[in-house]
Amino acid sequence: MLPLPDLVCPAGSLPALKAAVDNGADAVYLGFKNDTNARNFAGLNFDQKGISEGIRYAHTKGREVLLAINTFAQAGRVVDWQRAVDTAVDLGVDAIILADVGLLDYAARRHPQQRLHLSVQGSATSYEAINFCQREFGIRRAVLPRVLTLAQVEHVIRNTSVEIEVFGFGSLCVMNEGRCWLSSYACGESPNTVGACSPAKYVKWDKQPGVMETRLNGILIDRFGDDEPAGYPTLCKGRFDVQGETYYALEEPTSLNVLEILPEIIRIGVKAIKVEGRQRSPAYVTQVTRTLRAALDALRDGSERYHVKPAWHAELAKVSEGNQATLGAYNRPWR
Amino acid sequence: MNPNFTIPRFRLPDFVAGIGQKLPQWPHTLVLVGALNAALKLKLLPESELTVLEDKLFRVRVLDTGGEACYTYRDGLFRPVFRAQREPDLAFAANLSAYLQLLSRQEDPDTLFFNRELEITGDTELGLIVKNMLDAIELPSLSRLPLPGRQ
Repeated sequence: MLPLPDLVCPAGSLPALKAAVDNGADAVYLGFKNDTNARNFAGLNFDQKGISEGIRYAHTKGREVLLAINTFAQAGRVVDWQRAVDTAVDLGVDAIILADVGLLDYAARRHPQQRLHLSVQGSATSYEAINFCQREFGIRRAVLPRVLTLAQVEHVIRNTSVEIEVFGFGSLCVMNEGRCWLSSYACGESPNTVGACSPAKYVKWDKQPGVMETRLNGILIDRFGDDEPAGYPTLCKGRFDVQGETYYALEEPTSLNVLEILPEIIRIGVKAIKVEGRQRSPAYVTQVTRTLRAALDALRDGSERYHVKPAWHAELAKVSEGNQATLGAYNRPWR
Repeated sequence: MNPNFTIPRFRLPDFVAGIGQKLPQWPHTLVLVGALNAALKLKLLPESELTVLEDKLFRVRVLDTGGEACYTYRDGLFRPVFRAQREPDLAFAANLSAYLQLLSRQEDPDTLFFNRELEITGDTELGLIVKNMLDAIELPSLSRLPLPGRQ
């Protein structure tokens, strides 16, 4: 019997954190209410009091709290990011998830006892990059970008002693993680700079009879008929007129869902499975956490009799962005 | 309440909205504003974010009952607005079942929005603040609610 990977779930608020813990998350990840994290949306995230309460709640039930400081320190304000690291250590989080190598260096030197994870925003897709961060900064875990096939993930795991975390569910984007500037192209701000992709102040939903238009800083992103599903208003998910044809020129709104390949993910030795969605509500966290928990628990006694229950698919399909769920890069034939 | 109880997705028959639009809109507006002020009194809403709501005009429209409520936030209280003179800063429109699913935390607003069951128009950032504010409310246990007859 192989040990099950940790289920790592998102929280943008205290009720979401409690929902994750109550529904079977092994760890919850969250961020401060500022631009040191990549989900810096208005009204979302935690102040120090909220984090303390969250840690108390999680630790009482034997679960972990991971804090994401996963944006890049901006020129002239490096100290803000360093203070965020110091505060996280003082609060007693179980691990800090970092993307910026300068900040990893600071954290490793200043707080050598603190457990550090390499964020997906760190964009490390090879074991060489991960082993470098282990040697230089002592990282204990790396979150892999959603661009590798399952075979490539296995190759990484076989060549490193760093724990590997992969995404298991959530909205997909173009996944040029930590390097994407599409949002900046449209509105001058992006996750890497202000901690938010396509910030809400630039988004306009315009409802007219029979049609809804969405614009990002004036750029028409998409136009939905009344019975068409909507997606997040990001450039990568827009439909554009390209040489006379209007279609999703970059990508179609899609959600990742690994239920079908969960036994494989466990077999190759993945240490943790992450759920996307700190911007979503406690209802989403409840639904996704309990579904993945049920699927993982079904594998506790081995994978021979594992099959994906239709109810799991139904629950996850409901909360998905876009009409389709995919295995993402995990099962694609090309590299 | 039975924890396994779920609110189904439903849509009231069209004639209900036809009647609802002709009925006075003040009773449910007062109920909504009263509920919001009760939440204020219980200190469930974060003060730092309430300041952003000052003087903003909100409209909540229930499509299948034909009801709508306009209100604003001023000087620390939510107040009904019966004859709105301008377009709201933020407007929600959905069927009754979607609101019930949201309030009971059974469904996620993004899910309802993706599925076109919840319409949000106006100032998108204000909408996000309101959504996140509601999400962050720690629902009090019944013993804390100021119910009649409960000391």
